[in-house]
Amino acid sequence: MSDTIISLRSISKRYGAVLALDDVSAEIVRGEFFSLLGPSGCGKTTLLRAIAGFEEPDAGVLQIDGQNMAEVPANRRPTNMVFQSYAIFPHLSVGENVAFGLRRRGLSRAETARKVGAALEMVGLAGLEARASHALSGGQRQRGALARALILEPKVLLLDEPLSALDKKMRNQMQEELRRLQRHGGITFILRTHDQEEALIMSDRIAVMFDGRIAQIATPQTLYRRPSTRRVADFIGSMNFVPARVVSEQGAAYELEVTGFGRAPISHEQAPEGVSGRNGVVGIRPETLTILFGAEAAGPHVVTGVVDDLVYYGDMTYYDVRLPGHEEALRISMRNTAGRRVLERGAEARVAWSPETFVYFP
Amino acid sequence: MADTSAGERASRRREAVRGFSLVSPPLLYALLLLAAPLSAVVVISFWTQDYLTLTPGFTLDNYEQALTRPVFQTLLSRSLGVALLVTAVTVVLAFPVAYYVSFHVRPERKALWIFLITIPFWTSYLLRVFLWRVILGYNGVLNTGLLGIGVIDEPLTFLLYNVNAVIITLAHAWAPFAILPIFVALEKIDRSLLEASHDLGESRVRTFLRVTLPLAMPGVVAAVLIVFIPTIGDYVTPSLVGGSSGQLIANMIQVQFLRLNNAPLGAALAVTTMLIVGAMSVLFLLFTRRYLRGQQ
Repeated sequence: MSDTIISLRSISKRYGAVLALDDVSAEIVRGEFFSLLGPSGCGKTTLLRAIAGFEEPDAGVLQIDGQNMAEVPANRRPTNMVFQSYAIFPHLSVGENVAFGLRRRGLSRAETARKVGAALEMVGLAGLEARASHALSGGQRQRGALARALILEPKVLLLDEPLSALDKKMRNQMQEELRRLQRHGGITFILRTHDQEEALIMSDRIAVMFDGRIAQIATPQTLYRRPSTRRVADFIGSMNFVPARVVSEQGAAYELEVTGFGRAPISHEQAPEGVSGRNGVVGIRPETLTILFGAEAAGPHVVTGVVDDLVYYGDMTYYDVRLPGHEEALRISMRNTAGRRVLERGAEARVAWSPETFVYFP
Repeated sequence: MADTSAGERASRRREAVRGFSLVSPPLLYALLLLAAPLSAVVVISFWTQDYLTLTPGFTLDNYEQALTRPVFQTLLSRSLGVALLVTAVTVVLAFPVAYYVSFHVRPERKALWIFLITIPFWTSYLLRVFLWRVILGYNGVLNTGLLGIGVIDEPLTFLLYNVNAVIITLAHAWAPFAILPIFVALEKIDRSLLEASHDLGESRVRTFLRVTLPLAMPGVVAAVLIVFIPTIGDYVTPSLVGGSSGQLIANMIQVQFLRLNNAPLGAALAVTTMLIVGAMSVLFLLFTRRYLRGQQ
C-alpha cells in the first residue's frame, strides 16, 4: 500500500443543495485497476471528474503522484480519460484523433505516425488511420478513444462507463482487453461503472459509493463475501436477508438465533458493523445454500422448506424456498450438474447451510 | 412472383402520384415566383429595347456592355468589395455573440437571448435604414454626441452617404442571420469533445482553434452565404445611405429597368451579377468542403 498514485483526503463537492461528494478519502495504488461503483447519483461521476480536473472540489486535498492538483487544470494533469460518449472528434480521421494529444510533444511526422500505428494496433484498429471517424462502429470508437488516451502514456487512465453503450458480447470482449492492456502497460486504471458484475470482473479493488460517500473499499472477493454494510450487501450480487438475534457473545465469536435456521455460530469478522442491539439480519448468498438431493450426505446444518417457485436457466436453476417461520422465500441458486434433477413447485427441499458464509448486520 | 411485382409496381405508382400531389403546391409556387421571373430576366437579357418597346431577338450586345463598360465594372467590383466586407464584418462580429449565447448563457435563458437578437426584425427594414441616417447624419446622434463631449470640433462627414454607411447599415441588418446559423452549429457541438481536447493536453485557446472552430464551420459557411448573396443584390440601403459614391450594381440595374428604359441591359447586368455570385459561392463551398463533410 506504500506506492500511492492518487491520494484523496476529505474531498467534498456541493452542487447547490446536493452534496455530491461528502468527505471522501481513498488511496489508489500505482498500477492497480480501481473501480468506482455505485447507483446513479452516488457521486462516482463527480469523483472521476474531480480526478480528471473537470470539477474543482470545494474542500479536501487531491494528490496525483505526490503532487497537489488544486491549481492544476485538466490539460496539465498526468491523467487521460476515455469518455462515456467516447468524444471522438468528428472532423478528424481516426489517425488524427489518436494523434490529437501528441501535438505538444513536438514529435517528427514519422515518429507520430509510428506511435499512432502502434497505438491503433494495440487496441485492434491497425491500419484504420485514414478512416473517417464517423464511419466507425460503436466498439471501434471505443477502441479509438482508448488508443487516443493510452498513446500519451498517462500515469492514470480514467474510464467513464466506457462499456455501457456496447452490446453484451462486445462488452465482455472489451472487458478482457481492458484488463490485458492494464496488466500489460502497468498503468493505473480507474473505472466508473454502475454495473457490479463489471466491477467484480475487472477490478483489483472496488470503492462502493452511496450518497456521495465511500461505503467500502475492498477487493472483489472481500466485497462479495464480507460486505461492510447491509446496503453494500444488497447492491453487490443478490443476497437473502433473514431476521436474526444475537444470543451470546464470547470474545471474538457470537452465537446467533437465525429465524428458520436455528443456532449459528459466527466469527467477529462476520459482523463488520458489530452487534449493537440484539436484533438484526443475516445476509446469505444464494449459492452458499445447497438443496440436497436424495442420497447426498447431510452436514450438521440442514433445514427443510418448500419450493415456492423456480426459474430454470439451463446451466443454473434459481429456487425460491420458503422455510418455516419465514415471511419471504429464500433465493437459492443451484448448478445443474450431472445427476442433479430439478425440483418442482411445492416439492419439499432439504437445504444445507454453512454459518461461516453468513454476514450479520445490526 | 409476377403478382407481387405487379402489385408492388402499382403501389409504387400510387405512392408517386401521392408524392406529386403533395409537392405540387410548393412546386407551383416555386415555378411561378422563382423560375418564371428568372427565365424572363434571362430571356430579356438577349433582347433589345427601343424607348418603351421591347424587341425579341438574340443579341450579346447587352453582355458585352455589361462586362466592358467602365461604369459597370466599377459598380460590380465595388458591390463585390462591399458585400465581402459586410460579410466579413458581420460574421466576425456575429461569432462572439453566438459563442457567448451558446457557451455562457444558462440553458433556460438561451431562448430569451435568441428572441432578443431577433428583435430588430420587429420593425421594417426601411425604418432601420432611416434610423441609421438619424444616427450617422451631419446633425445626427453620433455627431451631436461627439461634439457635445468635445471629442470633435465639427461634424464628421465620412459617416453618411458613402460606402461606410452602407457597410455599417448592412452589417447591422444581417447580424441576426449570421448569429443564428453559427449559434446552431455551436449548440450541436458535443461538450465532451471540448473536455476531451482539454484532457488531451490542449489549453482553452488551442481547444477553440482545434475543436470548436472547425466544428462551428458549417454554421460559419452558412452565415457567409446567407449574408453575402443577398447583400450583393441590395439596392435599398445604398440608395438611402450610400450617396453617390456608395451606389452599387443593384442601383444600376434598377436605373436601367425603370429610368433608362433599357431592361435588356439591366437584365444582362442582373444575370452577370448572379453568375458571378453563383461562381463565388460555389468556389467558397469547394474551399470549405473539408469542414462540411463527415459531421452528423
